[in-house]
Amino acid sequence: MLNVSEIQTFEHDVLVIGAGGAGLRAAIECSARGLSTGLVCKSLLGKAHTVMAEGGVAAALGNLDRRDNWKVHFRDTMRGGKFLNQWRMAELHARESPDRVRELEEWGAVFDRTKDGLISQRNFGGHRYPRLAHVGDRTGLEIIRTLQDHAVHKGFGIYMECTALDLHLDAGRIAGVLGYWRESGRFVLFRTRAVILATGGGGRAWRITSNSWEYTGDGTAMAYEAGADLMDMEFTQFHPTGMVWPPSVRGILVTEGVRGDGGVLLDSRKERFMFRYIPEKFADETAATEEEANRWLAGDKTARRPPELLTRDVVARAITQEVSEGRGSPHGGVYLDIASRLPAETIRKKLPSMYHQFKELAEVDITRQPMEVGPTLHYFMGGVRVDSDTQMSTVPGLFAAGECATGMHGANRLGGNSLSDLLVFGRLAGIGAEQYVKGLGAAPRIDEEQVRSAVRRATAPLNRDAGANPYVVHDDLQGVMGRHVGIVRTEAELLSALKELDRLKRDALGVKAPGVSQYNAAWHEALDLRSLLITAEAVTRAALMRQESRGAHTRLDFFGEREEWQKVNVIVRKAQDGQMETRAETRPGPPRDLAAIAHASIEDLEAGRV
Amino acid sequence: MSERAFRIWRGTAAGGEFGEHRIDVDEGMVVLDVLHRIQAKQANDLAIRWNCKAGKCGSCSMEINGRPRLACMTRMNLFADRETITVQPLKAFPVIRDLVTDVSWNFEQNKRIPPFRPGPKGSDGQYRMHQKDVDRVQEFRKCIECYLCQDVCHVLRDQSRKDAFVGPRFMIRLASLEMHPLDTADRIPAVRKEFGSGFCNITRCCTEVCPEHIEITDNGIIPLKERVVDRFYDPLLWLGRKIFGR
Ligand SMILES: Cc1cc2nc3c(=O)[nH]c(=O)nc-3n(C[C@H](O)[C@H](O)[C@H](O)COP(=O)(O)OP(=O)(O)OC[C@H]3O[C@@H](n4cnc5c(N)ncnc54)[C@H](O)[C@@H]3O)c2cc1C
Ligand code: SF4
Ligand code: SF4
Ligand code: FES
Repeated sequence: MLNVSEIQTFEHDVLVIGAGGAGLRAAIECSARGLSTGLVCKSLLGKAHTVMAEGGVAAALGNLDRRDNWKVHFRDTMRGGKFLNQWRMAELHARESPDRVRELEEWGAVFDRTKDGLISQRNFGGHRYPRLAHVGDRTGLEIIRTLQDHAVHKGFGIYMECTALDLHLDAGRIAGVLGYWRESGRFVLFRTRAVILATGGGGRAWRITSNSWEYTGDGTAMAYEAGADLMDMEFTQFHPTGMVWPPSVRGILVTEGVRGDGGVLLDSRKERFMFRYIPEKFADETAATEEEANRWLAGDKTARRPPELLTRDVVARAITQEVSEGRGSPHGGVYLDIASRLPAETIRKKLPSMYHQFKELAEVDITRQPMEVGPTLHYFMGGVRVDSDTQMSTVPGLFAAGECATGMHGANRLGGNSLSDLLVFGRLAGIGAEQYVKGLGAAPRIDEEQVRSAVRRATAPLNRDAGANPYVVHDDLQGVMGRHVGIVRTEAELLSALKELDRLKRDALGVKAPGVSQYNAAWHEALDLRSLLITAEAVTRAALMRQESRGAHTRLDFFGEREEWQKVNVIVRKAQDGQMETRAETRPGPPRDLAAIAHASIEDLEAGRV
Repeated sequence: MSERAFRIWRGTAAGGEFGEHRIDVDEGMVVLDVLHRIQAKQANDLAIRWNCKAGKCGSCSMEINGRPRLACMTRMNLFADRETITVQPLKAFPVIRDLVTDVSWNFEQNKRIPPFRPGPKGSDGQYRMHQKDVDRVQEFRKCIECYLCQDVCHVLRDQSRKDAFVGPRFMIRLASLEMHPLDTADRIPAVRKEFGSGFCNITRCCTEVCPEHIEITDNGIIPLKERVVDRFYDPLLWLGRKIFGR
């Protein structure tokens, strides 16, 4: 029998799982507050998803348009989220993001500048004013490197290429985490009083995605297994503009910054089709003609925003419809044209990595030719349900922040609101964890039998004589989610997905990873399957339950937003019998002052009447 | 679709050998796609690092036909139709397994560099910097830490002087701090002594392989070397600059 005391063990007050923006910011906060802190991540430090973020970080600094302030940002966020956001989270986010961005500058970040030498800001979909602080189109790199370089001098434990597998509880509270070193395949045990999940999303359950291999929904799945509530899982964001050609790059992101800087979407007849898709609710604030849109771009403050900058759910659905009605580009997308809108030199300066990406991967020169783009699975609005102020989940001692947590973005996230979310709630999770740890009595204890059974489960794919190829099972899952749980959904499709997921769960239990445990990609793939399947099932079940179309969740059989569904969130949880259960939980009404801001007219807000 | 021949180094620190693969390749594929296909179909346990598949994270560094490259940005049509493609791990770092090397030395170097230390904020509570004064720093901050430059630098690769020289990656990190308009720390003595700027003899091999096209040598290392020279051989000039501004 495996002797647990022989497993390499570390002890911390808090273990942060994930080293993207949220995890790094949380760990910095914990350690600054004197907690013994550990940080684990699946890749090397600095390679987390955050590094790929392009367009910018949203914060109402008001550097370019002084009319901007937290209230307008809050209003934009609620409207973008179709009012399903947790009001308090959207408030905290809008209020605190400017300080978090300036703090990065204090830690060495070098954002692009305005003429006055302040942090420059760019336009983005759904944001009323130029609000995204950015560095060309590599903002995520700037943020992660700044946090990383700041963090390495803080003296906390950093465990790279270490994958967390299971959370361990003592009487319902967090007691520890079991993981393994990717390099050696050895197990490692963290005894800890609190855990902050910052593991990101689960986009790898789809084939066409902007997400990297790390996005297998591990945090969501670990929290689920530990009994925590998941929420809003039906809201998966399809970014309207992913690359579509060549096939091997399908899904790779084309930043919204292209449209923010003036890029337009065209159908095969070269018509700007977005003018035909302006939702009634946004008609007042969207340009009616190309002429007006161009004036807005040129800086005319009386003109309204171009329809290409409507929220992502609207644009992604419009593209899908154009393609399905036969007006798409040769490879099944539409055209995104910046070449005819800006001088070549400006494009290379403002969008260097897009220029580079298309030139090298698609042999397209975006300063001369239009890009071909189509929707790609990009972001999880749903995830671990947390308290809006402390970021604690429904499991004591378990916190979550960043993309793996939920509540901030409601039914649809605005671009740029993720990077700011990471900073604001990463920090708040650190504060929440400190309060929790300080209030905790005796150190929780880990149940050794639980650890042994977790190790047995994890090593099964290596020890089995034969079994299915884990890559094939993963590929199969991606096919299922692409076919049945896409941008537009129906009950029949979702039910087929559930049936297929049942089959896949059985397949996953019998996969075989050939070879030894040292840096074995097949074994890592085999272990990730569990998280992928839990995440995929949670999305599917939540999507089945929500009988309306709202934000990123579109049901062909339930057209439009329904009043009664505005009042509930869908919660997913592991039931006593081990099955996945979903329920609709009534939302508390909004605080009156926040509701007034969210529903105010923009004129009233600007004039300071609200 | 066409069939292509690959030779992939397989092994551990204890030794290894090339595995031969023939595999179908589709239009538009990059080397990383082909390696993934080989991994899924022929060598399930093949060890590779990658994340973004778009040249943004610097994870997929390896040597392809003898040249250090990002596998995700190396298109298959770069090679002649019948050419066998040979893939090896970076040579300047110890191998862990297959195409994965132990790059932890780089993380240790980064930790040794004295952190950013900003001066006071302006009277309005804001920092001000002008775009033209940060262009150079932003160029250095494009670095994705792929360590391809470290891999080709002969001081690290052939002379194994990791004890004496931090390598081009960290020379430009030092330069980005030294040229940061808000920074007040002085790292110039350390650039020479602890970080070994004198070991670089300006061969520019690092600049040639940088996937971010950073002018590592001309914009980073040479100006740093000049600052070192000014300081140690012309201290009066340095003092003058210090007093009257740069
Ligand atoms: C191409 C692209 C462009 C984007 N552009 C923007 C933008 O311009 N603006 C914006 O606001 N947002 C943008 N986003 C979204 C945003 O980048 C992400 O939502 C955000 O970076 C997520 O950060 P995070 O800290 O939550 O997690 P991540 O940065 O994804 O980090 C997750 C971490 O968790 C670790 N992890 C996961 N599972 C485990 C496990 N089992 N054990 C140990 N560690 C684990 C990973 O190793 C990683 O370190 C973009 C996303 C993409 C893909
Ligand atoms: S220029 Fe200097 S740092 Fe670059 S490769 Fe040559 S010796 Fe190394
Ligand atoms: S300087 Fe260039 S080659 Fe060197 S690590 Fe950075 S990106 Fe890579
Ligand atoms: S996978 Fe990120 S640079 Fe190649």
